[in-house]
Amino acid sequence: MLYREAGQFKSSYAEDGRIFPIRQDRVGFTLLMLVFGVAVPLLANEYWLKAILTPVLIFSLAAIGLNILTGYAGQLSLGSAAFMAVGAFAAYNFILRVDGMPFLLALALAGLAAALVGVLFGLPSLRIKGFYLAVATLAAQFFIVWVLVKFPWFSNHSSSGVVTAQEVSILGYAFVSPEAKYVLTFLVVAVLALAAKNLVRSATGRAWMAVRDMDVAAQVIGFRLMRTKLLAFAVSSFYCGVAGALYAYTYIGTVEPEGFNLDLSFKILFMIIIGGVGSILGAFLGAAFIVLLPILLDNLVPALFGDALGAGFASNLQLIIFGGLIIFFLIVEPHGLARLWQIAKEKLRLWPFPH
Amino acid sequence: MKLKHSALLGTALAGLLASSIAGAVEEQFIGLPSYRVGPYAAGGSGVFGGWIDYMQLINERDGGINGVRLTWEECETEYNNARGVECYERLKKKGSTGNTVFQPVSTGITYSVLDKAAQDKIPVVTIGYGRTDAADGRVFPWVFPLITTYWSQASAIVNFIGAKEGGMDKLKGKKIGLLYHDSAYGKESHAILDKLAAKHGFELTKIAVAHPGNEQQSQWLQLRQLKPDYVILWGWGVMNPTALKAAAKVGYPREKMVGVWWSGAEEDTVPAGPAAKGFTAAGFNVAGANYPVVADIKKFVYGKGKGNMEDKARIGSVYYNRGVVHGLITVEAIRKAQEKYGKGKALTGEQVRWGFENLNLDEARLRALGATGFLPPLKISCADHEGPGVVKFQQWDGNQWKVISDWVESDRPLVRGMIEESAAAYAKEKGIKPRDCSKEG
Repeated sequence: MLYREAGQFKSSYAEDGRIFPIRQDRVGFTLLMLVFGVAVPLLANEYWLKAILTPVLIFSLAAIGLNILTGYAGQLSLGSAAFMAVGAFAAYNFILRVDGMPFLLALALAGLAAALVGVLFGLPSLRIKGFYLAVATLAAQFFIVWVLVKFPWFSNHSSSGVVTAQEVSILGYAFVSPEAKYVLTFLVVAVLALAAKNLVRSATGRAWMAVRDMDVAAQVIGFRLMRTKLLAFAVSSFYCGVAGALYAYTYIGTVEPEGFNLDLSFKILFMIIIGGVGSILGAFLGAAFIVLLPILLDNLVPALFGDALGAGFASNLQLIIFGGLIIFFLIVEPHGLARLWQIAKEKLRLWPFPH
Repeated sequence: MKLKHSALLGTALAGLLASSIAGAVEEQFIGLPSYRVGPYAAGGSGVFGGWIDYMQLINERDGGINGVRLTWEECETEYNNARGVECYERLKKKGSTGNTVFQPVSTGITYSVLDKAAQDKIPVVTIGYGRTDAADGRVFPWVFPLITTYWSQASAIVNFIGAKEGGMDKLKGKKIGLLYHDSAYGKESHAILDKLAAKHGFELTKIAVAHPGNEQQSQWLQLRQLKPDYVILWGWGVMNPTALKAAAKVGYPREKMVGVWWSGAEEDTVPAGPAAKGFTAAGFNVAGANYPVVADIKKFVYGKGKGNMEDKARIGSVYYNRGVVHGLITVEAIRKAQEKYGKGKALTGEQVRWGFENLNLDEARLRALGATGFLPPLKISCADHEGPGVVKFQQWDGNQWKVISDWVESDRPLVRGMIEESAAAYAKEKGIKPRDCSKEG
């Protein structure tokens, strides 16, 4: 009823090609932006901003990065965390070593540095596919973390290998409060997510999807495989790199190689699998699911069972439930949460007269 | 009917009132960012178990600290920085006065909350890990790397080896191998050992073991060729028993191997079986259940069925006792702060910080606590947030850890010099003006 599109006519190509062709979606999206961009920083408390919303946004960005590579271009990667590490360390070193480096430029440069490394480790994708490529990117994961530990120059010779991220300031305004950091993260993520959405709808995105669906066919109809695949690696790593820099600067506040381990790579992979492979919305849903569910369980399990269980068992129970829920969601909807939303939308458009 | 109803209501109200009066007992909240799952769960469950048991002991035996009952809440971090930050934020406003002290038991989480905790006025206490140069309290007023740091430990190990050889001058020309975990944690040993090697004239060979360290064939082949006089094992987790087994395989005497405190727990030696016999490790606390403080925990806490450990055989193990040390120091700091800010009152983090900074656990106090020899005497000041910097050495006899040394000192001037240098660099980078300690009360 509310979601009827009757009476909405498209009279130009521009209208036909917009991201949200239905007016209700546009209104909904604007409202969403206003809620998360204006209302949330005004109303939410420090705990929600700093511990919940900021990480969800940052991991969404990383998941978008991986989704571009895996979901759209079909190249399986297990090195997302390593590319985040490249971004984090690049931003740290650019700000440390270049006097007066503006933060946003450092962020972009961090992304570019990650993109460069991503292209390098994307080269094997021209020859190998599928699980074998996953193993090659696994090498990136271990190699990059090893390099960052091995050469103390990257961490400015810190004795413990952990470095503190510098203060973020843009045009003289210092981003110290959780509200300011959240808004900064929100803006960067919003702009990049919109860019990603447009990118995957453009010729580039179609080229990626053609390669994903069948690379030989794509080559036959004239897509240059090398360019397409490496571009996917570059863009994907750029997103991961920016996410890594944000992770260090607006969230954790420190940079250390061990923080970007294989576990994190798997987490990002789970995010896109749960959220929906090949969907920008899915990246957000997946990130929210993977970040929030363990916290919810950590609050819920002791509250429900109290001291009846031993503390060790309570902690393990959370992991058991978490794993169980992942399997449950994958069985119920193997295409992820984004697909659930899509089905709901289709039903809503017909509701309440489905025939 | 109506009368009965209102009578009931009245009783209920009275009960509510009574319970709220009973609830007016002052409570001190301590947030525990524990880890009981994940790769480091073996250590975490011991440390947090011992810590909670000690606080339970204070509540059960003494009725709290001067009547202030301790309350706590655990938050699972899985030893993960992001989860640690979440726990920090979740716990900091709990309790009547907020979280009064944050002890992450993880170097990564320590770094992540360092700046934030200073803003929120919550002291961060890191016992035997964390940011080493935070021992300079003038630059880091809110951080307390108590008892000893990695640098003090490395220096104490060299002093111990020197004493074993019969004097520091005997170290000249000796070969010492450093088998370290190839991570930031393992590399923390490099700078200090290099300096000590130059000072005492021994030859240091550093050999890295990649995480997790369950494959050390090539490293031990290298050590066999090198034939070092001693091997310092700077390991973590599965790397430790693997090193002991590999040493047995190539025939390197375990008596010549000295481990750090993260290599010296039952969890490190028991899996190695008989290969661990003779291995020595440093520790800022000792193993054993025959200390009055542990006996009291058994009597007052486990006697009432309120113990935290699921496996009671672990009471008195190295990690468990380390947790007791955490609890003991926390409680004593709160007690000290109460002397200044009012006995029997719940304190804020800022007030407890003062308690940590003026903490003085001398032999007499340790004896009163039933912890003589259990941990070293500890005196903290505004400038020195570390304290004694001493460790004891324990040897594994095949069944248990046996203390074989008194508290071994570190090369204090050297270590303190490095700490001050590093802290000064940090202060300069961050634009911090170090405190003038003569003005602190």
